[in-house]
Amino acid sequence: MDASHAAAPAPGGLVSAGAGARLRQAAEYIAIPLFALAVSAFLFSLFLLALGHSPSEFFSLLWRGGFGTAFSWRNTLQRAAPLVLTALAVAIPARIGLTIIGGEGAVVLGGLAAAAIAIPLAGMVPTIVLLGCMAILAATVGAGWIGLAGYLRHARNVNETISSLLLAYVAIAILNFTVEGPLRDPGSLNKPSTPPIGRENMLSPVPGLEVPWALVVGIAIAIALHLLMSRTAFGFAARVTGGNPRAARAQGLPVGRLIVLCTAIAGACAGLAGFFEVAGIHGNANAALAAGYGYTGILVAFLARHNPIAVVPVAILFGGIAAAGGLIQRRMGLPDATVLLLQATVFVVLLASETLYGRLRFFKAGARA
Amino acid sequence: MSDMATLATVLFAMIGGAIRVSTPFLFVSLGECVTEKAGRINLGLEGTLVLGAMAAYMVAYETGDPWLGVLAAGCAGLILGTMHATLCSLPRVNDVAIGIALMSFGTGLAFFFGKPYIQPQAPRLPSVELGGWLGNPQLAEALTVNPLFFIGVALAFFLRWAFDNTRYGLLLRMAGDSVAASRAMGVSVDGVRLAATAAGGFLSGIGGAFLSLYYPGSWNEALSSGQGLMAVALVIFARWDPQRCFYAAMLFGAAGALGPALQSVGIVKGYYFFNAAPYILTLLIMIGAGRDGKAARAMPSELGVQR
Repeated sequence: MDASHAAAPAPGGLVSAGAGARLRQAAEYIAIPLFALAVSAFLFSLFLLALGHSPSEFFSLLWRGGFGTAFSWRNTLQRAAPLVLTALAVAIPARIGLTIIGGEGAVVLGGLAAAAIAIPLAGMVPTIVLLGCMAILAATVGAGWIGLAGYLRHARNVNETISSLLLAYVAIAILNFTVEGPLRDPGSLNKPSTPPIGRENMLSPVPGLEVPWALVVGIAIAIALHLLMSRTAFGFAARVTGGNPRAARAQGLPVGRLIVLCTAIAGACAGLAGFFEVAGIHGNANAALAAGYGYTGILVAFLARHNPIAVVPVAILFGGIAAAGGLIQRRMGLPDATVLLLQATVFVVLLASETLYGRLRFFKAGARA
Repeated sequence: MSDMATLATVLFAMIGGAIRVSTPFLFVSLGECVTEKAGRINLGLEGTLVLGAMAAYMVAYETGDPWLGVLAAGCAGLILGTMHATLCSLPRVNDVAIGIALMSFGTGLAFFFGKPYIQPQAPRLPSVELGGWLGNPQLAEALTVNPLFFIGVALAFFLRWAFDNTRYGLLLRMAGDSVAASRAMGVSVDGVRLAATAAGGFLSGIGGAFLSLYYPGSWNEALSSGQGLMAVALVIFARWDPQRCFYAAMLFGAAGALGPALQSVGIVKGYYFFNAAPYILTLLIMIGAGRDGKAARAMPSELGVQR
């Protein structure tokens, strides 16, 4: 909107028009993803009908298994917690223009590092110190792993999307090697694992709320990162770099340091997700750490349009879809990949809906009725 | 066993392994090469590979004809490629992100429909024995080659020739190097890219058929682990030249064959690290190519991957 045009109306009218336009724009950011969700549900219903299954049964089971009972809510929140952290691992680099899809690697290595440091420390130090050491080490290892992809991007122009995913495969190989070799607990027969950190050292849900600590910490980190990206000079510089790296460089912004820091923050989030999986769920590190949270986090971040706050409700939605998977599998006889396919459908439709932004007349800021 | 004999065993196993393991790399990288020459990147070929593998196995099992399976895999890839191209031709839609989404879509479809086919054994593709006359059983084993390998090699050299010498090759390269020039010629850039991405999907699907119908030769959910993605890096390494894609695929195949080759002589320690060799090799290659002026010059100008 050019200045001469905006200066014409009375000051009061200008303010209300500005607020209205902003509201309409915000509505667009909510309405279009919701529309994409509806279209995905419709397409998936057609798919189920074609296979002779009932879509209404599917979606009612999805609701019941994800959000219908206190038990399913617990299950949902438990799955949502790592998704918040892995989605932040995608959303923060996205702000600086990088597409990181290897969060799974940081989850796996973070969990492995947490379990490894617990072996000498368990029983020697108080639980709170032990958990603190595990969390710090997990975040550091994760930060280094994804930070490496950021560094390679900056220093050697290596495509970060591919390198982060390759690093994830390497991380899974390191995990498998370690739990079957040097750190294997002789007691773990069928499922090679590291020695347990001890039941007394494991995290229980937040007292009174029955919400996992991982979710509480994840929400706190999401809020902190939102403030960092929207209210600080660092966040501003990162967003400028994401918008136009050449302009950022011309302005003298330390583009390389910003890129490495953003990817390291991302890795620290994903590494913490690994720590919480070990300290809150498994009690040791084993192949189950590579459960795909890193990959689902990509979808959550895209659906949240890389907004750290929006990541939380979207993560809970997808935690619920994942939690309902078992029920759908048992009741409808559908394969376990059904949930994966539903998620992928949402992902494709959502990205295609990007094309609608700015093209719908209702949301146009200056549109006259 | 003497050291020499051990070394020979490893070497023969690696030659044979390189030929076997390289074939899916070859097909996917040729597919990606065609797509990227037209100016679009398709990161979803990993999903295409997995869906192709499942489609090939399913059709081969149901009909008893593995070659029909190969055709089905190609068609599955063609459909995913067409989807990618259609979605990317919409304004404001990002081809890298669509690729990631279609990677999970292809994988999801394959796992959904592939569940009943994990147990049964489908007919495998036949192979050609080239080394029978050598009198060395190990070498003969190494030189038992699948016809798809020859098709892939021929295709690599043909594509190199076609890019340089045919009208379609020129149209393809023009769409990848300058949208303005294509428009001035009255050529539909989206149309060329649609054809290129669909053809690329077809080739990647065939790469998947090789995985499930020849080597390893069965369908399961862990069949492909990043080959489709590594092929994208391989194209950068090959500087968008199909002929160099072939050499690069052989190198990757040899790296992938390292783990099983060492296992065959009883070296199992560090097994997971040898299996990780192709990923590490890919990373090193990408790091090496990062400051390589030749690679930067050979890249199609319209390609968004290295902004």
